[in-house]
Amino acid sequence: MSRVALEHITKRFDDVVAVDDLTLEAHDEELLVLLGPSGCGKSTALRIIAGLEAPSEGTVRIGDRDVTDAEAKDRDVAMVFQSYALYPHMTVARNVEFPLRARRVPPAERDERVAEAARALDITELLGRKPAQLSGGQRQRVALARAIVRRPQAFLMDEPLSNLDAKLRVQTRAELVDLQRRFQATVVYVTHDQVEAMTMGHRIAILDRGVLQQVDAPQAVYERPANLFVARFIGTPPMNTIEGRLTGGADHLVFEASGVTVALPAGLASATMSASPDRVVLGVRPEDLRLDPAGSLTAKIILIESLGHERHLVVRLDDGQTVIVRQPGDQTPPRDGEAVTLSANPDSLHLFDADTEQRISS
Amino acid sequence: MTADEETGARVTNRRSRRREVRLAYLLLVPALIIFAVFVFFPFIKNFQLAFYSTPPFPGLPNRYAGFSQITSVLGSSDFRNSLTVTVFFAVLTVPAGIFLGLLLAVLANQKLRGMAIYRTIFSSTIATSVAVASVVFGTLMSPQVGLLPWLGINPNPAILNNPTLALPAVAITTIWQNLGLSFILMSAGLQSVPEDILEAAKVDGAGTWTCFWRVTVPSLSPTIFFAAVVGSIFAFQTFGQIDLLTQGGPENKTNVLTYFIVTQLHVHQNPGYAAVLSIALFLITLVLTLLQLRFLERRVHYAR
Ligand SMILES: Nc1ncnc2c1ncn2[C@@H]1O[C@H](COP(=O)(O)OP(=O)(O)OP(=O)(O)O)[C@@H](O)[C@H]1O
Ligand SMILES: [Mg+2]
Repeated sequence: MSRVALEHITKRFDDVVAVDDLTLEAHDEELLVLLGPSGCGKSTALRIIAGLEAPSEGTVRIGDRDVTDAEAKDRDVAMVFQSYALYPHMTVARNVEFPLRARRVPPAERDERVAEAARALDITELLGRKPAQLSGGQRQRVALARAIVRRPQAFLMDEPLSNLDAKLRVQTRAELVDLQRRFQATVVYVTHDQVEAMTMGHRIAILDRGVLQQVDAPQAVYERPANLFVARFIGTPPMNTIEGRLTGGADHLVFEASGVTVALPAGLASATMSASPDRVVLGVRPEDLRLDPAGSLTAKIILIESLGHERHLVVRLDDGQTVIVRQPGDQTPPRDGEAVTLSANPDSLHLFDADTEQRISS
Repeated sequence: MTADEETGARVTNRRSRRREVRLAYLLLVPALIIFAVFVFFPFIKNFQLAFYSTPPFPGLPNRYAGFSQITSVLGSSDFRNSLTVTVFFAVLTVPAGIFLGLLLAVLANQKLRGMAIYRTIFSSTIATSVAVASVVFGTLMSPQVGLLPWLGINPNPAILNNPTLALPAVAITTIWQNLGLSFILMSAGLQSVPEDILEAAKVDGAGTWTCFWRVTVPSLSPTIFFAAVVGSIFAFQTFGQIDLLTQGGPENKTNVLTYFIVTQLHVHQNPGYAAVLSIALFLITLVLTLLQLRFLERRVHYAR
């Protein structure tokens, strides 16, 4: 397997900039996830790697080869499409065999490799069927078998699980991770599902409107989002954000919004002083807020969503803003409409510059 | 609603339904009459005619001949010649028409600027009538006027009088005239080939040629089959070109079934003979149509 690298890739469709100066590398044997909302350019980036779309600017490398001008068929990557894109007129065996045939692999070796791929994905009994006679999950496995049979330089997957039902998705997710490990594959995996991204990715690259926002390990992206977009995009329910000002001195910095005052911990304060922005956005994740009789924030419960193992409490602060509090299921639930006080874990506050939307601090 | 009201409603309902059905049949009557007069009656009458032989002199009554007329016509060398010519004509026109239509469709499917102009040109022959096509090609191939004298070529006998060349010449006219339809059919077929499987094939390492033969053509096979069957039916019913260009000659080498039927009826005044030929043509077309229906049925399964 090989690394896959995009260098300053820009793709314009007439007046739409689908990918904007993207530089990104999937290391050898890495599962890199491209994550972002619909229309952010994930598929376009992937198709540029595959050679199905030519970049307007920039360089694509696979291994040590510059493939920017190479045709799709010469790039030696395998792609799994969201629609699976199986050949409807061919049996499963023929589908899996197709990449080998196209590359003129001798018949004896072909049969062996098809059998091997079929075993790896547990589709041996399906080899004689046509795609129309398969369930969604089975089609998905055939598409994967067709990808691995080639032993390509890298795998490209465009939302391969999005057509499966929730249960099958979880199961297939684990199998994909296992497959990636067994084949020591380099995988570029596109999804808009952050749970998939968090659970599968070695690193996550987050895109918004064609621009790369952050690339990092899942935990790092969660703990230290680089900007407001990432902060709000990663995590369910999303991070609470409150716009306000900073007051006080270096030793006693306070975040102030109408009706809300939060003292900032010393570490955050020192970082903030050097940046000294006018307006800031304070971010706090729902799980870092808790009901606390000694808390400094007063609020009123307006909605309780119970998921069994946890509850999402939608509360309204004094100034009318609503925030979400995540409460473990084993704690006593508040009553609807009850007045409560909240406190935030001071070590897990996020601060962003309101103008640049970039993270401030440590 | 009480039970009574409900029954009441149901009764009115049934009554209004019955009235609707009556209206439906009433509205169908005009169409039925037209069909009866112009389709059903001639169809049945044709079968009756087949059993009566026409006397050699006009004025004498038709004579019941039973199956003897049918067997004698179907066994005649004239019929065999006509059938051979017709089949040969279909073989000349149908595959070539499909191939050329597909070729143009693939060319026009390229994502290039100005392709719409070519699409219009390629489909334009659909707006040409048989008469126009025949006149154009008749002129092109004429030994007196048109292309050949201008080029200084003077084939002797003239192309349309040459027993070997006459049928291929008519076939070329027909291919040209049907090319627009073939092109449109194939273009529609091409556009319905899913983009993603073509892309999958490219990433899987298939070149243009492999993509075309292993993915595009198999995906088009229903369209190609449809075009083949409909094309064959057209070919078996060709009349205009023959009538305008060769009148069945030379040496009966272009005497296709429809033309044969018409000459039997109008020139030889032999409705019985023509009726038998018509039934033969009907059966051939019927078989082709059934084949098409069978296949379409299977295709529905396949697409699911
Ligand atoms: N062939 C095209 N022509 C014009 N615009 C395009 C084309 N393909 C993509 N775009 C535009 O480029 C942008 C990015 O599209 P892309 O398909 O990469 O998004 P995506 O992140 O994969 O979204 P999704 O999650 O919905 O699949 C969109 O605004 C889209 O409208
Ligand atoms: Mg996409």
